[in-house]
Amino acid sequence: MLTVAVKRALPNFALDATFSGAGTIALFGPSGSGKTTVANLIAGLVKPDSGRIAIDSDVLFDSAQRIDVPAHKRRIGYVFQEGRLFPHMSVARNLDYGRRMNGLARDDNDHARIVAMLDLGNLLTRRPGKLSGGERQRVAIGRALLSKPRLLVLDEPLASLDAARKAEILPYLERLRAEKLPMIYVSHQPDEVRRVADHVVRLDGGRVAAAGGVELLS
Amino acid sequence: MFDLSPEEWTAIHLSLRIAVVATACSLPFGIAVAWLLARKNFWGKGLLDGVIHLPLVLPPVVTGYLLLIAFGRKGFIGSWLAEIGIVFAFRWTGAALACAVMSFPLLVRPLRLSFESIDRKLEDAAWTLGASPLKVFLTVSLPLAVPGLIAGTLLGFAKALGEFGATITFVSNIPGETQTISAAIYTLTQIPDGDAAAGRLVLVSIVIALIALVASEWLSRRAGQRFHGE
Repeated sequence: MLTVAVKRALPNFALDATFSGAGTIALFGPSGSGKTTVANLIAGLVKPDSGRIAIDSDVLFDSAQRIDVPAHKRRIGYVFQEGRLFPHMSVARNLDYGRRMNGLARDDNDHARIVAMLDLGNLLTRRPGKLSGGERQRVAIGRALLSKPRLLVLDEPLASLDAARKAEILPYLERLRAEKLPMIYVSHQPDEVRRVADHVVRLDGGRVAAAGGVELLS
Repeated sequence: MFDLSPEEWTAIHLSLRIAVVATACSLPFGIAVAWLLARKNFWGKGLLDGVIHLPLVLPPVVTGYLLLIAFGRKGFIGSWLAEIGIVFAFRWTGAALACAVMSFPLLVRPLRLSFESIDRKLEDAAWTLGASPLKVFLTVSLPLAVPGLIAGTLLGFAKALGEFGATITFVSNIPGETQTISAAIYTLTQIPDGDAAAGRLVLVSIVIALIALVASEWLSRRAGQRFHGE
């Protein structure tokens, strides 16, 4: 169960969002509604002015208690819009990065399972510069999963792809639901959200306009 | 023509040693300063930037004289260092210090530009994957700044190899201790019949400079391939 109650002043508006939920929560809304900022607040990349963020009973941020867990200790996987693969590492090294940084033991079964799920087997020796947009995004998802996060944030993971690539990635995102990993899915595309999310939080102008099931989208 | 005398070999050896030591010792500081200037906003940043670039715009003799005042045997830092056994005055170590100071701005600049051109989003990505800020620096920022590191090291090394004004002012021109190739050539031009020897050392300088250039070009190309290649 993820609980978020945050305030943050932004150049154009004030973000003031409160919501909670389990499973896959979609942050849905027009561009500029504060979706990505909320994702960054949860991951610890941006600091709220005040508020509280917790996963179950584990507090990540609480301005009243002066708790602010740094991003590298939050164990929140983040898939960015543009992949953000490390250009100086092979795909295999990119995938292994989170495990190395967290000092985790090798888990060959988990590795093999995720590589198979995302069809990364024939990409492992390549450099990110030689991948297509869709391949890059699949590697980014695998890299985040292999860091063994307790929550996965996906910020418009399909936004930089053309229609054909989107159709290529969507099935993989649906497979993610089988991982039973809590997810935050940021998007302004109702059809995407419908396919991956359990709950929808609709943001507008930095505020929660509505929250509920996927029926909110129609 | 290429029968170098023992004195000439000494000058070449000394020049290389001074330049290598000066570059190697200033590199960690250069990386730290370049990163600070590229990434952090702090009080006195403009001042730090200015002080580092001073040797580039000051007459080298002035820099050498300031080093003499500060690090000479009676200098306010030098006298203190002498008590713990570190002496710069009229030693090759002093020449290395002068070269390090003079080459520092040239070493820092390309590195700083490299750090500034790194996509900070990659650093954020590394952070979310569990890398502490130090690990982000060591595994992402620094490897991506390798082209600037190579360029800065070459420029700094070349400057250190050719440094003359500050060195001769600070540690004089003592054969076997502080007489580098440049200082030796200068001495040779002051004496009759010095032309042949000066010519030999000039050729050696050109060869060393070319080797350094080719080496850095080769390293840069390899670094480039690592980022974009197969």
